[in-house]
Amino acid sequence: MNWLEHLPVLPIILPLVAGSLLLFMPQSRTVLRPSIALFSTLGQVAVAAYMLYRLVVPQPGLLEHGVEVYVLGGWVAPFGIVLVVDRLSALMLALGAAIALPVHVYSLARWDRVGVHYHSMLQFLLMGLNGAFLTGDLFNLFVFFEILLAASYGLLMHGSNAVRVKAGLHYVAVNLTSSLIFLIGVALMYGAAGTLNLADLGARWAELPPADRTVFEAGVGVLGVAFLIKAGIWPLNFWLPSTYTAASPPAAAMFAILTKVGVYAMLRLGSLLSQPEAPAPFSGPWLFYGTVATMWFGIVGMLAARQLSRLVAFYVIVSSGTLLSVFALGITSAVAPALLYLIASVPAGTAFFLIAGMTERLRVNGGVETMAPQPTTYSAFMAGDPQEAELAENELEEVGVAIPAALAFLGMAFVICVILTTGLPPLVGFLAKFSLVSVLLGPAMDESSLDAWLLIVSLLATGFAGLVALTSRGIRSFWFSGRITPRLRIIEAAPVAFLVLLCVTMTVVAGPIMEYLDLAADWLHQPDAYIRAVIPAEEASL
Amino acid sequence: MELIYALAIGIFCACGVWLVLRPRTFQVILGLALLSYATNLFIFAMGRLTLNRPPLIDPTAAFDASRYDDPIPQALVLTAIVIGFATTALFLVMLIASRGFTGTDHVDGVEKKE
Repeated sequence: MNWLEHLPVLPIILPLVAGSLLLFMPQSRTVLRPSIALFSTLGQVAVAAYMLYRLVVPQPGLLEHGVEVYVLGGWVAPFGIVLVVDRLSALMLALGAAIALPVHVYSLARWDRVGVHYHSMLQFLLMGLNGAFLTGDLFNLFVFFEILLAASYGLLMHGSNAVRVKAGLHYVAVNLTSSLIFLIGVALMYGAAGTLNLADLGARWAELPPADRTVFEAGVGVLGVAFLIKAGIWPLNFWLPSTYTAASPPAAAMFAILTKVGVYAMLRLGSLLSQPEAPAPFSGPWLFYGTVATMWFGIVGMLAARQLSRLVAFYVIVSSGTLLSVFALGITSAVAPALLYLIASVPAGTAFFLIAGMTERLRVNGGVETMAPQPTTYSAFMAGDPQEAELAENELEEVGVAIPAALAFLGMAFVICVILTTGLPPLVGFLAKFSLVSVLLGPAMDESSLDAWLLIVSLLATGFAGLVALTSRGIRSFWFSGRITPRLRIIEAAPVAFLVLLCVTMTVVAGPIMEYLDLAADWLHQPDAYIRAVIPAEEASL
Repeated sequence: MELIYALAIGIFCACGVWLVLRPRTFQVILGLALLSYATNLFIFAMGRLTLNRPPLIDPTAAFDASRYDDPIPQALVLTAIVIGFATTALFLVMLIASRGFTGTDHVDGVEKKE
């Protein structure tokens, strides 16, 4: 039996097993529980890295065309459920794992103990995330979205206080509604096309009779609205800033990738439904102007934000808007640079949320944060377990050894993150923006297309606004008088250093990364190849 | 049957939307429940409305596709109901937590001044 055959299902099984195991373990196992969770996260990093490795260095017999289809239960598509690993999903898996590990390590410093079942919720979130990236089936996409969201509700409420509960109420209400919209879209598409397999949908939809075609397109539109709510596109994103600001730093850092799941789903479905004879459903003027409006909404929000985490939440909105605006413009050569922007902006956003969690400690004496859990709920929870309560009180006292250069470290990390997010040279953010603008200048020059110019101006404006807002925020955080030297633990500082180093490494190996992304984008524009890979030839001829 | 069915979905949906937009948390949760009923009925209808056709194949009889209903929408509805239950239960917990924290059942946690 070849175990490598089962590699694609591991990113789903691993967190599911680990998360469920942890549910049945008493909270007093303070060493064993984090170890199991960390083992699972490390396992996911290893699996994702190995998948990427196999795609970069082709192995004989495996992933010959850059795609691997895992048939669950042996039922072939379109009747069975499949997981599909291609370059884009392997990239997203690796991205998810690459930010999950630092977030996990960061939370071990204290955040995993301010409430129950933190590790389980993080593992379930990862399960939903990995599943959404891997699934080749529309309804399973819904199920994994729900797993992801259910876990994110829990993570948002982790260490609950009044602010989090209020933000959580809005977040849950919006997301429940968007899930229902998602279901309506799925039902419409199923009613018209009679299938839920993504590849099968891509194969069938161009041949639908006109009456069914209308229903199908309405379904795609409704589904698109659900994805746009997840991606945080204006005017569907008013829930996002307050939610991300209210969440605890590790939860917010993990949420930085959640909006990109919506973007990924748009890209995946859009690429499969873009047959040459039919217009792509997820591009066009409405989406484009919506995303440009999102970018400007984010700009205004960044300039107005008075709290670092709120500023970063608006940056997350801006990055979603940037990505979708490029896809909406429908320039195929711009997809690879946009993917580079994606893999640069997510780790930077995550690092920023972690930094925000630490700088907020600068302002308060003794290291007790403003966002710390309220003692009432905390002690209420701990009351059942005196030993744990004692341990937790020690934890709250103050944490660890002070790094002598803590402030210098925070400042450096902050500056590098500013350079990354605003797209200043020399780091990868600049490379991504530069390649985007250079691609956009092509059509802008040729057809004097206003849209391309509008996008270039908005892109540069987001960088400028981000720079202004972050600099002023940074001055207020690091240069105010009477500051207290923060006490950081190594396991809080190391994750940020890891993320920053990851981005620096991406800058150094930008050439090979771009080659990989070009192949990934190429593959996205060959929906037929994807369909052939997922649906075996004898089934397609039936 | 189609007309009654469509009207039922429409009424559920209209009531649901109105309730979701209300300022009280309890009304919001009832609205979400009604909306999820409407959605579930809608998914069910997308498998076409039929009478006297089981979704399970009878192994003893000769196979005839027109005698059977499409089982997939029913499976989808079942999944959607389960997920809807779980998330509604979670929302209820948050509703009570919010009431405990703020002392009001307003969705923003503060009463509007008259």
